[in-house]
Amino acid sequence: MSETVAEIEDQALPLDGWHRGRGARMVSFAGYQMPIQYEGIIAEHLWTREHAGLFDVSHMGQLNLSGEGVDTALEALLPGDIKGIMPGRIRYSLLLADNGGILDDLMVTRLAGGNLYVVVNGATKYDDIAHMHEHLPEDVTLNHMDEHALLALQGPEAVTALARILPGVEALTFMTAAAFDWQGTLLWISRSGYTGEDGFEISVPAERVEALAEALCAEPEVKPIGLGARDSLRLEAGLPLYGHDLDPATTPIMADLGFAIPKRRREEGGFLGAERILIEREQGPVQKRVGLLVEGRQPVREGALVLDGEGNEVGKVTSGGFSPSLERPISMAYVPLALAAPDTAIQLEQRGKIFQATVAPLPFVPHRYHR
Amino acid sequence: MTLYFTQDHEWISIEGGSATVGITDYAQAQLGDVVFVEVPPAGTQVTKGKEAAVVESVKAASDVYAPVSGEVTEGNGALEADPALVNSSPEGDGWFFKLTLSDPAELEGLMDAAAYKAFVDTL
Repeated sequence: MSETVAEIEDQALPLDGWHRGRGARMVSFAGYQMPIQYEGIIAEHLWTREHAGLFDVSHMGQLNLSGEGVDTALEALLPGDIKGIMPGRIRYSLLLADNGGILDDLMVTRLAGGNLYVVVNGATKYDDIAHMHEHLPEDVTLNHMDEHALLALQGPEAVTALARILPGVEALTFMTAAAFDWQGTLLWISRSGYTGEDGFEISVPAERVEALAEALCAEPEVKPIGLGARDSLRLEAGLPLYGHDLDPATTPIMADLGFAIPKRRREEGGFLGAERILIEREQGPVQKRVGLLVEGRQPVREGALVLDGEGNEVGKVTSGGFSPSLERPISMAYVPLALAAPDTAIQLEQRGKIFQATVAPLPFVPHRYHR
Repeated sequence: MTLYFTQDHEWISIEGGSATVGITDYAQAQLGDVVFVEVPPAGTQVTKGKEAAVVESVKAASDVYAPVSGEVTEGNGALEADPALVNSSPEGDGWFFKLTLSDPAELEGLMDAAAYKAFVDTL
């Protein structure tokens, strides 16, 4: 054994060969080799907004939590109303540190038997599991479903394409989920996603994911879409990306995700970080996540500075790029509360150059969920 | 007209003491969709190996280096309105800038088309 730290090799997704066979350019992301693009980010982005795009998100962590007191135990780590999630319903929530900082954002679904199905980010999944093991009581069992792949089918024609091979999925509404049988394989299908469009997320045993991806891409509405367009789509939809727009230095209130803390939890508290978060909610956070429309054509990206009137750094851009749908640069940034109202003029600095921007309400491109 | 290439994937086309500079087809394919280009205005002095222009794709920002030193005589204004020219015609209408060479000896050591192709094949 070497004493030096070996460079950890990327893992291959179950669909690795399938992506390469379809001409994907692969990059390292969250410890996996993942497709960044096939034919081009802008074409893939616009295809998803008009038709349906298939995304391989098998790097994400799929967890199954069970046990007598699982709801109560999870409510100590998440500020959401876990007890109130009815079977087949999905909630967005946040994994919090004891200082109220965000460790991850995630989706929680109630399964028919009462267990909870939790989907977490790929780059954070092992830390999340360790954090849960540390804080959850013995009688709660956490099963990492690492033999399962995850596909997202997103876009206005996603329902048409999926219902053709799986009649019945059209009955799901946004943020609901159910099990479906596809050629003898059990699929767990959620009507949810990360593009702002209608669509589905499909949990499938890894050994069947290639057959499913082939079947979906055989539908005329569907093309495979890479990570590049996934990022531009979610940015237009105003959805924060963990590790960029959310991290342990941000809180749910700073991130403008207060909707994820319902009334009962605000009144009862009793979750990690509750003290700070409830004070922030009352008194206002120091900084807040906002959308920015940047003047000109040049993208202002993560790491650019937000300046006050005197040129002092008062915030940071956390995501930014060119919006293919709006054909202009857009960004997300943390700015002081006094600069957070829509239409406020903001000055940015990137590589020594000054940019003018205006605070814009999120999302930049309206959501089109099937409610 | 003589065509040279750099290891940074710029091309430079020489006619007399004047040169036209752009990025190669390989470079545009690596960048992906180009959404913004900043070219130097006429009169700018550029130095071999130093930043002369900026090209941004959806994914990232990249510097374009001057393959030789000289004075810029024209930046390609068409790229401001239509940066995608860099993708569709990298070695034609998607040129970046023209300059007057200050030291033609700097051309020595640049690659010709065959050497550049061999270089790209190793990447």
